[in-house]
Amino acid sequence: MLDGKFISLIVLLPLFSFLILGLFGRKFFKTFSGIVGTTSIFASAIIGFITAYQYFFVIGQTNGVYKQIIALKYTWLQFSPNVSIDMGIILDPISVMMIVVVTFISLMVHIYSLGYMKGEERFSVYYSFLSLFTFSMLGLVLACNIFQIYMFWELVGVSSFLLIGFYYDKPSAVAASKKAFIVTRFADLGFLIGILILSFNAHTLDFQTLIQRLTDPNSEYLHRIVSASFLGASALTWGLVLVFMGGAGKSSMFPLHIWLPDAMEGPTPVSALIHAATMVVAGVYLVARLFPIYALSCPAALHVVAYVGIFSSMFAAIIACTQTDIKRVLAYSTMSQIGFMMFALGVSSYGGENGLGYMASMFHLFTHAMFKALLFLGAGAVIHYVHSNEMKDMGGLRKLMPITHLTFLVACLAIAGIPPFAGFFSKEEILAAAFASNPVIFYLAIATAGLTAFYMFRLYFSIFWNKAFHSHSEHHGEGTGTMLLPLIILGICSIGVGFIPFGNFVTSDGNTLHTEFHPTFSIAPVLIALGGILLAMVFYKKENERPNRVASSIKGIYTITFHKFYFDEIYLFITKKVIFNLIGRPAAWFDRNIVDGFMNLIATITQGISTLIKGFQSGRVQNYAIYFFGGIIGFAILFIYIWR
Amino acid sequence: MTEIPLQHVLFVSTALFFIGVYGFFTRKNMITMLMSVELILNSVNINFIAFNKYLFADKLDGIFFTIFIIVIAAAEAAVAIAIIINLYRSHNSIDVDETNEMKY
Repeated sequence: MLDGKFISLIVLLPLFSFLILGLFGRKFFKTFSGIVGTTSIFASAIIGFITAYQYFFVIGQTNGVYKQIIALKYTWLQFSPNVSIDMGIILDPISVMMIVVVTFISLMVHIYSLGYMKGEERFSVYYSFLSLFTFSMLGLVLACNIFQIYMFWELVGVSSFLLIGFYYDKPSAVAASKKAFIVTRFADLGFLIGILILSFNAHTLDFQTLIQRLTDPNSEYLHRIVSASFLGASALTWGLVLVFMGGAGKSSMFPLHIWLPDAMEGPTPVSALIHAATMVVAGVYLVARLFPIYALSCPAALHVVAYVGIFSSMFAAIIACTQTDIKRVLAYSTMSQIGFMMFALGVSSYGGENGLGYMASMFHLFTHAMFKALLFLGAGAVIHYVHSNEMKDMGGLRKLMPITHLTFLVACLAIAGIPPFAGFFSKEEILAAAFASNPVIFYLAIATAGLTAFYMFRLYFSIFWNKAFHSHSEHHGEGTGTMLLPLIILGICSIGVGFIPFGNFVTSDGNTLHTEFHPTFSIAPVLIALGGILLAMVFYKKENERPNRVASSIKGIYTITFHKFYFDEIYLFITKKVIFNLIGRPAAWFDRNIVDGFMNLIATITQGISTLIKGFQSGRVQNYAIYFFGGIIGFAILFIYIWR
Repeated sequence: MTEIPLQHVLFVSTALFFIGVYGFFTRKNMITMLMSVELILNSVNINFIAFNKYLFADKLDGIFFTIFIIVIAAAEAAVAIAIIINLYRSHNSIDVDETNEMKY
């Protein structure tokens, strides 16, 4: 049942629908293209679920341990007998879990977009881009070769760029798409260098061989890469940190986070799919994919992951408290939750009980995909209804949009970590893992969890309670059935997926990890989350002056936070003032004066010489005759007197 | 009557050659230039005949060459006059100083 060709359909069906829709969609089946795209992703999702079932329950385990299975491998580019770029499919717990997440969320978003994007001029283009994204994301998660992952990594970057800039007549959307592309591309430069460092030293690009060679303490490859050092750190540390830099760019971790909030310019379902549930967790997935190397050979790089993760998480949560654009609040909360996943990986170690953080991170990835997609789709429904992204235009929508209200509440409770919703379980595991390894990270994480509850319920109360909604025009209903169905399905998932015994399926070493539930440990985080919710209730349930009073009492801090700690401005200053002036302009001067000048000099010399000698071509027959005759005489003298 | 020595004949042909060259360089009328070219060819013919008669009296190679040159000179004159006629049609003149468009 589970052969490679069958599984490759998961990836190829979206590619096929991308080609069909991209080539013919606009001309031949404009209104049906949504159905075409949705059907293909539906088929892909069914195959994905069958694969997941087969892997987890039938063939994946040998002696109770989940093995990596190479389902398909095709050598694409052979560099030398040992080094080649392969296209293949790797099946292991995390990749199979990602198939489920990606196909499921993508299907939900496809269905939702049928209603949300209805009447859009470039409807079929939108669906072809969605298919392209799904194809590349599935290729990314199934990659068996580090270069294959890099190629699909760039492909998801491109499709993200295309979809952020989907409304290309809006200058802000164009700017946002460029920003996202450039920032992630800059991070990918680090990723590429990291790949080169690792593969140069390990003599392979294949994941399994790479991990095996760089974790075995007796391997000569490991000795060499550890002993080669640069600026006080070993080549292995550099390679892993640079690979993490690529992951941090895609996952919008702290210094490279600036693109994610702006990426909200894209259509809201796109934000749900790409910038909340799937693409942005690619960085977490990448670290998880190489986790044995991080954990076994280079704890220093893992510390970098942990501290970047917790800092981004806290940082984003603080900013999210002050934003007024609902999609931006969600973007910062995404960044914060990905920070959770990152530091959970960072505090984990490989195998056994100590691998709790790894399992918790993957669990949180899974649950987060559900409730964050739900939040975005709910926000999309609200924006669809209100025609605005700003909180101040909303309020009192709970009666007008009952289903959206209910599902949004479920998602907020899930992200805040209130039992028995999904986020509670995964967040508890993360906190437990942090508690076991690093108290500083644990306390910061607890505080961040409280902030999360506060800003999510600030959002919830501002949208659905607060003041009464003043309708500006006559309103359509809550949304079409295709928009509500995904909300309901995802709502059910946000409640249910927390009960999956995740430790049985996804662990760092494939062994089953039995997690115990400690009620006493959970009391503090849940109380803090409830405190955050209560605070938000006091501030935002009814329209009142308290938020403004608090904001003005800490005016300085509030302003700085509202402007996102001026990071955009700092980056603009660095690029426009520092890089452009100190590097760009001198380089331009050098190009214009030295390089161009040299070429101009050659041209000028040639021109001067030709001006000097062009008189010879006078156009007069008799002059030519004289040269000819002179030449004859010259030869005559040469042959008769000189060259005898 | 003593025989004319070879040197005299060569002197005549050399003189004829340089008269032709001089005419070719100085005359501006194309017909005259053509005539000068004929002079140069004829000086060559004289050389051929003279060498044939004085050095290889029992052979005919030089005479045949001369006949070839005369034939080719006739053909060349036909071509040259055709060119000159066309030139006259386009420029209303056969002066070489008037025809210097083909330059840089």
